[in-house]
Amino acid sequence: MTVALSLTDRPQLRRGVRAGTDPLSGETVLLFPEGVLIMNETAAAVVRQCDGSHSVADMVRSVGEVYDDVALDDVMSLLQDLIGQGLLVAGRG
Amino acid sequence: MDRPLGLLAELTYRCPLHCPYCSNPVAVPRTVELALPEWFRVLDEARQLGVLQVHLTGGEPLARPDLAALVARARDLGFYVNLVTSGVGLDERRAVELAQAGLDHVQLSIQDADRTAADEVAGARVWDRKITAARAVTALELPLTINVVLHRGNIGRIGPMVDLAAALGADRLELAHTQYYGWALLNRSALLPTREQVVAAEHAVAQARATHGDTLEILYVVADYHEPYPKPCMHGWGRRHIIVAPDGRVLPCPAAGQIAGLDIDNVREHSLRTIWHHSVTFTRFRGSEWMPEPCRSCPRKEIDFGGCRCQAFQLTGDAARADPVCQLSPDHHLISAVVDASGPQQPLRPRVNPDTHHRQPYH
Repeated sequence: MTVALSLTDRPQLRRGVRAGTDPLSGETVLLFPEGVLIMNETAAAVVRQCDGSHSVADMVRSVGEVYDDVALDDVMSLLQDLIGQGLLVAGRG
Repeated sequence: MDRPLGLLAELTYRCPLHCPYCSNPVAVPRTVELALPEWFRVLDEARQLGVLQVHLTGGEPLARPDLAALVARARDLGFYVNLVTSGVGLDERRAVELAQAGLDHVQLSIQDADRTAADEVAGARVWDRKITAARAVTALELPLTINVVLHRGNIGRIGPMVDLAAALGADRLELAHTQYYGWALLNRSALLPTREQVVAAEHAVAQARATHGDTLEILYVVADYHEPYPKPCMHGWGRRHIIVAPDGRVLPCPAAGQIAGLDIDNVREHSLRTIWHHSVTFTRFRGSEWMPEPCRSCPRKEIDFGGCRCQAFQLTGDAARADPVCQLSPDHHLISAVVDASGPQQPLRPRVNPDTHHRQPYH
């Protein structure tokens, strides 16, 4: 099932979910009541902007400036996946 | 080598409730609970091992007056800090104190959607205090999961449980079938739901998700006795979780203390790192080398890891056998006989508190 998400939405970490740091690798981790997700560098760059103030379009733009090979589809599918897992809310823009 | 992601810090076995489905050990050796500086060291060592989450549990963790200091230390170290509580003692003042210390999440137990039935199972008149606790938590915008343990006596009220959790403003509701360890195993015949009840419960959960799915996340922990394959207990022995018991014993699973012949180490004598990597307890059932048939050649061995070692031990006397819950286990009749039993039920035996020496917190 694909989660509806538009470029104007402003995704936000769901209450009870927060970003942290893996003490072993230094990587960004997403922490929530019953689990953790260890993020790669680009995913972390997206997640760090999920505070309800950045639109999906903003994220695509700013991540694209740093990582050449990250496309709109990559950002969208990451966000949709996190929404589907109940870690993110879309924040309708 | 895998690293642990979660630490279950069992702060005490003391609890104001007497739930007959409690999975804590029935016989607890006379113990001295770890003091605050000892827990601080455990947290430091867990962080160095790569642990990301700390679940403060028990017993009732609020029984410790130094709980907020532990929360603050854990949060300072970068852990996600979860409190697993009955809610007894979680008034507004205590909730504020814990929130200010950096608590990330509260998991609050509620025994039933029916007040009288709930208090009867809890063995104490605690309903109002639990409702107060839930309100104190949500008023601070702390994330709240309500946990209800399902058994024969309450499984028919899933709809009202969902309504209650929604009314209390919970973010999540965990409906977890009783796991048969400790007191729950002792009370199994009176707690185990019928096959028909389990089917009806699954239907009720699906219906509730369709109604409340947008606002309330509903987790359903299956009744392993009624499943064809065992649960992936602890996501594998010594693979993801580390449990520190109130007296400092370090276990791969909260129920592992009962397994005969496991030489259980204590944080008072060894570091968590040494215990995680080298102890007999943690290495005994790690990976798949220890597995007998039918697990050894089973395509599911990396899915369920042979099920639960403690369940295998308590039902067959041998922790190295396949979990009898598995339909492929040669011991599966031990489960099916119980599930299909229609004889008279034993009355429920309420949990009683262990004889524990309390060590005063350091000042």
